[in-house]
Amino acid sequence: MDTMRGRFEQVTSKLLDSKPSLAVVTADIGADAFAQAQRRHPERVINLGIREQLLIGVTSGLALTGMRPVAHTFAPFLVERPFEQIKLDIVHQGVGVVLVSAGGSYDYPYYGRTHMAPGDVALLDTLPGWTVHVPGHPEEAEVLVRDAIAATGQVYVRLSLPANAAPFPVQPGEFTVLRTGQSGTVIAVGPVADAVLAATTGLDVTVLYAATVRPFDAATLRATLSTPDVVVVEPYLAGTTVPFVAEALSDVPHRTIGLGVGRGELRHYGTPAEHAAAHGLDAASLRARIGAFLYRSLSDARQT
Amino acid sequence: MANATADVKLSFADLPELMAAMSGDEKHDHSAASTLDVLWVLYDQVLRVTPDTAHDDDRDWFLLSKGHSPKAYYAVLAAKGFIDLAALPGFGTFSSILGHHPDRNLISGVEIASGSLGHGLPIGVGVALGLSARSLQNARVFVLIGDGELDEGSNHEAIAFAGAVGLDRLTVIVVDNSSSSYGWSGGAETRFSREGWSAARVSGRDHAALAAALSAPHPGRPHVVVAVIEPEPK
Repeated sequence: MDTMRGRFEQVTSKLLDSKPSLAVVTADIGADAFAQAQRRHPERVINLGIREQLLIGVTSGLALTGMRPVAHTFAPFLVERPFEQIKLDIVHQGVGVVLVSAGGSYDYPYYGRTHMAPGDVALLDTLPGWTVHVPGHPEEAEVLVRDAIAATGQVYVRLSLPANAAPFPVQPGEFTVLRTGQSGTVIAVGPVADAVLAATTGLDVTVLYAATVRPFDAATLRATLSTPDVVVVEPYLAGTTVPFVAEALSDVPHRTIGLGVGRGELRHYGTPAEHAAAHGLDAASLRARIGAFLYRSLSDARQT
Repeated sequence: MANATADVKLSFADLPELMAAMSGDEKHDHSAASTLDVLWVLYDQVLRVTPDTAHDDDRDWFLLSKGHSPKAYYAVLAAKGFIDLAALPGFGTFSSILGHHPDRNLISGVEIASGSLGHGLPIGVGVALGLSARSLQNARVFVLIGDGELDEGSNHEAIAFAGAVGLDRLTVIVVDNSSSSYGWSGGAETRFSREGWSAARVSGRDHAALAAALSAPHPGRPHVVVAVIEPEPK
């Protein structure tokens, strides 16, 4: 099966052959996928064992020497566990790195809360400078991983198992206009786009697709704005991007709502689809929630 | 005040005057003095780095992980010409380059910004790996930590890994002033040597012994030097 993570592993292994400054750092998770590349480049494919503080520290040190390091593991162990290392070893030192996570908010719900990281993007939002890519398809993951490795700054690539059926045309850093309408704007981030398109079928709304959420593409939001009612649907903590919408539209009277993963702990296992439904992110729930937000004033008007 | 120029070289005897030029942070004065001899020996006899070569690929790297009380560090850097002596009196003020924890983005020649404990050694492991990946044969990495700092678990991630892969570019100096609340039974060096490091324990005041321990060859293995200092008065 073609997954975002598999595509990342293939593309990065290949790039190691052509880019001498590229290094890959793992903490056991994902190390097997780079075993062949490690035989070719033993000094640039580094597995540290189960040591995530060291994962970020080493990534920083590699960057200090002029390398372009890519650190990879599951999102909770990449962003949450060593968060002070990200704050200090990467951002405070002022070095450029690529962090590539797998597992998303609940890709493996049968592992439970320990392997869920819906707060990763919100945490990175407390720090300056991060580019955050959230691809929705393996094709997009390849484009964005290549872009991240070619760049020089701090880039987080959030790979997930759930994906859209087909890729959208993606220009790194820019939203893609999927539909235009007059009743409001829905921003769909990465793998929630298929559900958002299904949920908004027949509604007169603009749908923007965001495979890059940071920096936030305020220009496209403003250029396509109709009725200034904005819904953000993201596959991680609900509301993460709402402050960025507010800032983009600070001179425009507007309404906004953030739909995403709830803050509460569900204490359920099961499948990603079951968790999406539990958080109101399946197409039917989204249609009800988006409709309630966008057309509340209309139904109010009809009632009076 | 003494003046460091290309012609006038400052000596170890000048360091107290340079430290006195910085005020504030008296709370950490003992801690500052604890590193003075080690830092001087490093910059005077061991490290292949000068203000002119501070960004050369093949230089030696020194990472002050124990970033608390950097007066001794700043004094040594000033004596060696990395820092303008005129910057010392501003120590800790809003626009100074000299904070109570150092910042690599403000001072040329300071390799890392530190302050939170347990970050320098993991970064140093990455620097050593990066120098190998870039095939820089001569560059070495020295990381200074404290025996109290060794409490932080991140160090032990780095110690076990560096020992396992024989990271012989790397030398750690543990300045041991018995500040770890629970101590290190058998000596701090045993935490390293059992992971395959070469190890030495010397007086942190004995310049000749420090220079010898810091210059000892350790092929195929990382090296630790425990520099023992009198405990802080209670």
